[in-house]
Amino acid sequence: MIERSYDVVIVGSGAGGGTAAVGLVPLVEQGHRVLVLEQGPRLADEEFTGEELEMAEALYADAGGFLTADGTMTLAFGQVYGGSTAVYTGTSLIAGPHVIEAWDIPGLTHTDVTERSRQYMDQNNVHLLEPELINENNSLFQKGCEAAGYEAHQFPINVKGCLGSSLCNLGCPNGAKQGTDRVQLPAAELCGVEVVTRAEVLRLEERAAMVRVSEKPPSEKGAPSEWEPGEYRVSARMVVLAGGAVGSPALLLRSGFGEHLPRLGERFTCHPALILVAEHPRPITNDVGHPKSFFVDRADEEGYVLETCMYFPFVTAKSLVGFGEEHSRFMAAFPRLQMILVLACDRATPGNRVTIDGAGRPVVHYRFTDEVVRALALGTRASARIFFAAGALRVHAPLASPTTLGAGEADRIDERVRPEHFTPGTVSVSAAHLMGGCAMGRSERDSVTDGWGRVHGIPWLRVADSSLFPDSLHINPYLTIMALADRTAEAIRLDAGELLAAGAEAGGGETEVAGGGPAATA
Amino acid sequence: MDERGWTDVEERIEAALRNRSPALRRQLCLLIQVLDWMPLLRYGRRFSALGAEARAAVLRRLQRSPALVLRRGFWGLRTLVLLGYYGRPEARRAIGYRADPGGWEARRRTTAGEGKGDEA
Ligand SMILES: Cc1cc2nc3c(=O)[nH]c(=O)nc-3n(C[C@H](O)[C@H](O)[C@H](O)COP(=O)(O)OP(=O)(O)OC[C@H]3O[C@@H](n4cnc5c(N)ncnc54)[C@H](O)[C@@H]3O)c2cc1C
Ligand code: SF4
Repeated sequence: MIERSYDVVIVGSGAGGGTAAVGLVPLVEQGHRVLVLEQGPRLADEEFTGEELEMAEALYADAGGFLTADGTMTLAFGQVYGGSTAVYTGTSLIAGPHVIEAWDIPGLTHTDVTERSRQYMDQNNVHLLEPELINENNSLFQKGCEAAGYEAHQFPINVKGCLGSSLCNLGCPNGAKQGTDRVQLPAAELCGVEVVTRAEVLRLEERAAMVRVSEKPPSEKGAPSEWEPGEYRVSARMVVLAGGAVGSPALLLRSGFGEHLPRLGERFTCHPALILVAEHPRPITNDVGHPKSFFVDRADEEGYVLETCMYFPFVTAKSLVGFGEEHSRFMAAFPRLQMILVLACDRATPGNRVTIDGAGRPVVHYRFTDEVVRALALGTRASARIFFAAGALRVHAPLASPTTLGAGEADRIDERVRPEHFTPGTVSVSAAHLMGGCAMGRSERDSVTDGWGRVHGIPWLRVADSSLFPDSLHINPYLTIMALADRTAEAIRLDAGELLAAGAEAGGGETEVAGGGPAATA
Repeated sequence: MDERGWTDVEERIEAALRNRSPALRRQLCLLIQVLDWMPLLRYGRRFSALGAEARAAVLRRLQRSPALVLRRGFWGLRTLVLLGYYGRPEARRAIGYRADPGGWEARRRTTAGEGKGDEA
């Protein structure tokens, strides 16, 4: 076992970890040592080829095929330098006031989330894509919304020098997407934060991380680790968890924190989504141009959000229900396909949670509630109206039986698309907005951390990622994750004097945290 | 699809399974066994000995099975086959998928080369 020692260790380099890394640069400037441990690899620019299977294998956990415990939903999350920001689309929205207010976390206000989100919008070059760069897959959505009576909004996105390859979810081949892999992590490294890749934190002990650094397999993409392969014990005065909504709770559970933190793993939400496909009579520009320009927000009224999207052949084929002639017909029409993503705004529900198996690997339990199924059905109906209003000939609706709706059935959509047709295990449901598991709250009775990412009763342990969400966000989450991680970093800077000087004793018992500033320490 | 195409499909599926858990691989093997023997009662033959239509009927029943474990098993198998099939560059080309890291500029070049103008 090789011993290493740092002042702060950050686990994970995604939206949260990258933000925490850059937020702790002031500590490095004061002479403290900050380390980021990332289990995924670091890829060179030329390794981003846009090839579907190759990139999915290199960038995603389980090559993008991580399944929930009962196998009825695929969870997509990155496992690479930059985490899921290496594969996200980069749509950049600020959380709505009613959502943050409904969370009711002491000390967390919508104004604060907004101000911090704006700071990262500036850093990440967030802007609206120029109209001439919007492809027909997107412009037809806008046109369809107008004709069908839905209000489409344009997504601000975080690109710089986007060539319009449409490959965002396979990692940008042009370095244009401004994820933490392009912005925050390189900036932090330049200022002295160390990032070690292929370094999986297996377990946490009192102020220490047990780490396995893996050899680079010869056939895999990415650089070898910055450290020699082997087993390490990295002692740290503070540990910041940023392994994501699956990785962070799983790490704490397998490290035995479950007893002290009974709410660990709970409040998992993920915006379960259906990819819908419609066929137009002529080719449209779909697999060229930025994939995501518009959305319709019906979260408050009907529990869903619609987004434009464009997927690759395998993911598209997987999203279509069934097999055989009808399936092949849709696939063969690829250049004429328009796509919409229907996201259900799920709510934290007892039983939907992260646990671990006997080997300590994460297991995500998720049951589709009636509300989620209803939202998916309502979202599918709305999408079908939008598709037909945009001129589509046929729509593939997984919640219809049979699944193909012809334009002649445009006036029978409500009758054809029904929640009862949702059969888990037959319909492909996927999710990429994973939230919760180490939720913020007031005490260990209801949560895992306070509103500043401090784990209840364990002063040296902090959380700075999507696992902090006490409930789903109803919009794309990365900016809010960065805002929360920024708060965690601020609280660490404030508490650093005491914690980094001596390595204060771990607290115990229940701690009730009042509202107020980051100085209201546990 | 010719012999080489099928080999390519199989190799892609094998490569995808290589990094999956042993438990998942065991489940798949079991499912394939179940699938192969399932038609024996109704058709008097194993799946692998059935014609295309009967095979499709068996698969459709599996897909609609009241047992989640069978539905999700079928879904998993189907996913692997689609991965093997659409993972091949030939299949992507055949359906007209043309995404290119060079984006709009690359599309303009290839479209100009083909002598047509379907740009937005
Ligand atoms: C395909 C896709 C598209 C998306 N599009 C958008 C979008 O357009 N807009 C938006 O707002 N959001 C989007 N998201 C969601 C967004 O990317 C995530 O919500 C966000 O990145 C999550 O941040 P995080 O820090 O919690 O986790 P992640 O970004 O997933 O990072 C966690 C990191 O921790 C590492 N890790 C985990 N456990 C360990 C361990 N034990 N040891 C070492 N390392 C570990 C993982 O390898 C990973 O790299 C998308 C997500 C996906 C997958
Ligand atoms: S569309 Fe733009 S941001 Fe997305 S992968 Fe292509 S070049 Fe990168």
